Amino acid sequence: MASDNSRTDILNRIKVALDAKDDGREALCAAEWHEIPRQYRRIDQLEQSELISLFDSRLRHYNGTPFYGEGNVADDIARVLALRGKRVLIVPPAFPSEWRPAGFMFIPDENLTNEQLTLNDGIVTPCSIGIALTGTVVLESSREQGRRAATLVPDYHLCIVRREDIVEFVPEAIRRLERSKDRALTFFSGPSATVDIEMTRVRGVHGPRTLDVLII
Amino acid sequence: MSVRVGSSATSSPFPKAAHAALDNSQLRRNVKHATDIIQLKRKNMTGELPDWEELRNAGHAIKNHTLRYLDVYLEEFERNFTAHGGVVHWARDADEANAIIGRIIKGKAAREVIKVKTMTSNEIKLNEHLEEIGITPHETDLADLIVQLGNDRPSHIVVPALHINRVQIREIFEKRMPLKELGIEELTDDPEQLAEAARRYLRHKFLTVNVGISGANFAVAETGSLVVVESEGNGRMCLTLPDVLISVVGIEKLIPKFQDLEVFLQSLPRSSTGERMNPYNSIWSGVTPGDGPQEVHVVLLDNGRTGLMPEEESRETLNCIRCGACLNACPVYHQTGGHAYGSVYQGPIGAIITPQLQSLEHSRSLPYASSLCGACYDVCPVKINIPEILIMLRGKIVREDQNTLLGKLHPENMAMQAMALVFASSGLMTAAEGVAKLVQFPFVHNGAITHLPGMLSGWTQTRDLMPLPKQSFRQWWSEREWKTNRGQR
Repeated sequence: MASDNSRTDILNRIKVALDAKDDGREALCAAEWHEIPRQYRRIDQLEQSELISLFDSRLRHYNGTPFYGEGNVADDIARVLALRGKRVLIVPPAFPSEWRPAGFMFIPDENLTNEQLTLNDGIVTPCSIGIALTGTVVLESSREQGRRAATLVPDYHLCIVRREDIVEFVPEAIRRLERSKDRALTFFSGPSATVDIEMTRVRGVHGPRTLDVLII
Repeated sequence: MSVRVGSSATSSPFPKAAHAALDNSQLRRNVKHATDIIQLKRKNMTGELPDWEELRNAGHAIKNHTLRYLDVYLEEFERNFTAHGGVVHWARDADEANAIIGRIIKGKAAREVIKVKTMTSNEIKLNEHLEEIGITPHETDLADLIVQLGNDRPSHIVVPALHINRVQIREIFEKRMPLKELGIEELTDDPEQLAEAARRYLRHKFLTVNVGISGANFAVAETGSLVVVESEGNGRMCLTLPDVLISVVGIEKLIPKFQDLEVFLQSLPRSSTGERMNPYNSIWSGVTPGDGPQEVHVVLLDNGRTGLMPEEESRETLNCIRCGACLNACPVYHQTGGHAYGSVYQGPIGAIITPQLQSLEHSRSLPYASSLCGACYDVCPVKINIPEILIMLRGKIVREDQNTLLGKLHPENMAMQAMALVFASSGLMTAAEGVAKLVQFPFVHNGAITHLPGMLSGWTQTRDLMPLPKQSFRQWWSEREWKTNRGQR
């Protein structure tokens, strides 16, 4: 098969170009990776309250709206959804039942079709990490946080972030995501946007047009 | 083996194409507007990080390291991507990549595909190939859609429709979109409305077309993951809704470990669109059961890249993460926009990557499309020394030309050889100065030379030349020595 020959050819071209010897090459490679200079900021510096206010302002900067929990998560969710006028919500299959307030319809995403994903008012999910400096939320593909299409097709997303999951810098976020690094991950910073028309930022091209973040 | 970089082999040389661009005042206004804004945003976003230089150094070091062990990392990536249920293909050149992709799509009996912005697919002219075999590619990035519907060419790596303004976009949409069917009675040139039209136009495609095509910003060897960084969500749509996903990725996109993303997820968005983080990043490894496409392919593309690897200086070109900052910073790009480069890679990075991928067989005018001011190097988030590479390429091109009889006998070469002799000898230099002072006389008007004859006219076409002064520096110096010596005596 062409691809097999191509594979051999490409790898050979690289080895010849680099004058690579097979002896101990992988060990040398691993050792050299550790010598890469990393003098940039890697350890968070802010106190938790400062972190949250930074997260808040960056989230707003990218047109997301932060809300704050008042103790009972189901009540908090009900408050935000009522404010937004949302009644029919998709939730991930393993979304906690104690987080589903009465008076709303919660549809667990058990293999809903793409079409079904459009027939609702939005989706509610927890997340893995919030990054304060960039106003970013990270979701991983799981039964708890849902699959990727479910947080994409609906027009509204309410995302729940725990205070202890908010970090300051990208490197700290990447460190905490290490355990989920094999999973499909989605980072989002505010709702969908584009600057393709004369560099004017326009919200909501394809993803959810409204992003609310509930900090608990 | 045929390395192809878009249509650059048949494009006009830069100086000729640049003239056409310079005559288009609308184009120049659009380009200036957009590049001014991105530059300012980038400056603010990189300026607010006290550790920006450290991020540049780390990015440079990671990329250099990866390329030094590229064979090791490619095999590691292949192992891990395959372990997660993905299929890895290898393509030596554009034709092989197109054939592989075409075969996969035909195997699914698909007639349409949806595409996320991918430079690599432009490089191999994938859309043209798909159309030839009866498959319709739909670009879904707003700018790419504008370019595709307008039968235009991208003019910027990151914002391909930067040369088109809102009025022109409205005209294109009115002509090419079934607006009535989309429920749009009247379209204005308000960006919100134009984006809404694109949303409605593409929505149905996203929900029904079952093959997606993407590139990747990074490929992580350790996890076998691909990373796509984007703004609109069209990327997420193409990456998650279809049943089949094919990603075409240049072999230089590898990075060693998941941890290395902590550098590039900071430096790429700040450099490219001037944002702290772009709205969406997607990271996936092979197939995720029950989530997204259940058949996932990656095509690892060489297409001339290995040709840049033997020499360290050339190899650095492959560090590029396609942020486009060098385009925005370049005074030449500012004036001409992207089309004049005749390549899918424009601006300073295009001027070094396009000719090198093609072993200097085409695009030989591009290394000269620069003032060597160094602004591109200053903004590069992975510290590619573009000016130095440009000079190296100019040298290579000159030496290659000198090796042919025609090149040897070319008046420019003969003139340069003569100059070299003159500059090497102080006596000849003095004599030449004397001659030049006499010969320049008919060309000096009001203290400047505005027109030179024949071959030299190129120099005065866009600038005046100062005439040689009555007294040269060396004359002044020797006179001064003489006077001083006399004074001491």
